[in-house]
Parts: sequence; structure tokens; C-alpha cells
Amino acid sequence: MTDPAAAPTTADRFAPGARVRTFRHDPPHHTRLPRYARGKRGTVVEPEGPAALADVNARGRGDAPVEQIYAVRFAARDLWGEGDHHVVLDLWESYLEEDKGDATDER
Amino acid sequence: MSGDTTEGHSDAAISRKVRRLETLLEEKGVLTGTQLDEALDAFLAGASPASGARVTARAWVDADFKSRLLTDGTAAVRELGYMEGAEQRLRVVENTESTHNVIVCTLCSCYPLRLLGPSPSWYKSEAYRSRVVREPRAVLEEFGLRLPDTTDITVWDSSAETRYMVLPRRPEGTAGLTEEELAALVTRNALIGTAAL
Repeated sequence: MTDPAAAPTTADRFAPGARVRTFRHDPPHHTRLPRYARGKRGTVVEPEGPAALADVNARGRGDAPVEQIYAVRFAARDLWGEGDHHVVLDLWESYLEEDKGDATDER
Repeated sequence: MSGDTTEGHSDAAISRKVRRLETLLEEKGVLTGTQLDEALDAFLAGASPASGARVTARAWVDADFKSRLLTDGTAAVRELGYMEGAEQRLRVVENTESTHNVIVCTLCSCYPLRLLGPSPSWYKSEAYRSRVVREPRAVLEEFGLRLPDTTDITVWDSSAETRYMVLPRRPEGTAGLTEEELAALVTRNALIGTAAL
């Protein structure tokens, strides 16, 4: 995005096509990582542009980090165990980790 | 918060909270009722599904505009005077013969208000928000939209700062229509993805 004040200080962590996994973290405060998409595997579609992390902003703090947001595509089967559609979510970078594909979905 | 949390997102509960908030703003001298009305009028000025319909019709008749619209929705709609000064990014997702898109905000009620006007009450309902991400085919059928099993469905959940609008497929047999006539065919639900044209 063009606003230098909103520009992230580091390069994008994830490129389009990257396999990612969402954190399972269930914070006691506001978050924009919906419960149904926690601990799930998806694929980055594209970066959506940086924004202040809503989890921090929503608590009235002035120190929210500005992070890249990624559109991440999930197969319905990976979210719900069934279904043939896809769901795309916009997720802040700190919600995501690289999916190394070496762990099962144990809970 | 009022005590009626079981109806936290019903229109009646929201209306009560909004009225209470407006009363507080006035009581504390933050805003007068007139200022509040002016702010709301300014916010909603031009916010109507007619705006999304005009964007759609332009995309149908102008391939270059359509290309720009799908690449950078925010910049493209600003060419037509929409979403000036909006903080949110707009992403337009195109329906094709093989793919169908539908939008939702599962966390609250985020919606491309400047292009579609105020959202319908069902868009904010718990039922729509929780079900459309899980069983979109069934939900769309309840809206009267039966898609072939071969159609891929993508649900876009507005979980951050991007707002989505669906670019519906141009109806058959509309080759001779003007851009204005085409815009008149576009419905709000088609721009959400719960209807076809």
C-alpha cells in the first residue's frame, strides 16, 4: 500500500502459494482469527496490505504492531471435515506459521 | 452491555444499544442530535446497491475496466467516484461458469456499505454467518439459488480490513442493452452472492 506510515518494516513473511497453518491460540481478548479457522491448514492467496493488529487495537492500546494481512484459502474439508467448497479469510501475519506438513491435527 | 445477550445480534438488541449510545453522546455533550444525523447522512450518502450495480454494468461493457476492477477494486471504483476516502480495501471477486463467490462476515457484520448500502438483516444474523461458511450450497438453495455440483463455491469471510463485492455473471441475451439498462438488472443479493442474475 502507498501510505509509508502504514508500510511494514520487514518483507512479507509468506508468498502467494505458501502453505500456512493458523495458530490454535484462543486469546481472552478480541481477535480476528475466527474460532472455526484455528489450527487449520491453508494456502496464501496474496498479501492484502498492512494494518494495525486488531487484537491490540481493540484493547485501546496505542502500540499495535502493523503487520501484513494475507488472504488465505482453506478447503472446507480441512475446516469442517466435509464439504467441497473453499473459504478465504484475511489473516494478520502473527496468526500464521509455516506449514511444514509434519504434524497431524491432534488437539 | 444490556442483559439480553442471547439476542446480542438481533436487530432489536442492536437498536436498543444504538439508542442508548446516542443518548449518552448527547447527555455528555459530545454531539448534538443534529450533528449525529448530519454525520450519519454523510456516511450513507450514495451508499446504495445502485452503486455496486453501476460498477458491475461498467465491468460488463468495458473489459479494461473489468480487468482493473479485479486487480485493484479500490482504485477502480474510485474512477467512478465510489469509496473516496474509505479506509477499507475493496476486492471484487468474479463469478464465472465454473466458480461462484459469496461473502459473509462471520465475526460481526463487515460489509461493503458504500457500494451496497446498509446490509440486509439476514446478513447480520447468526444463522447466515455461521452456516454459509459451512454449508454454502444448502444456504444458497434456501435463497433460491441452486448451483450445479460442478460449480466451485468460494466463501469470502471479511475478517480484516478488506471488503468484498461479487461481480455477477452477465445474464444471457443482454447484448443489446445499454450500460444503464444493464445496471438496472443487478440486485443487491447478486452482489453478495446469494443470487444469480
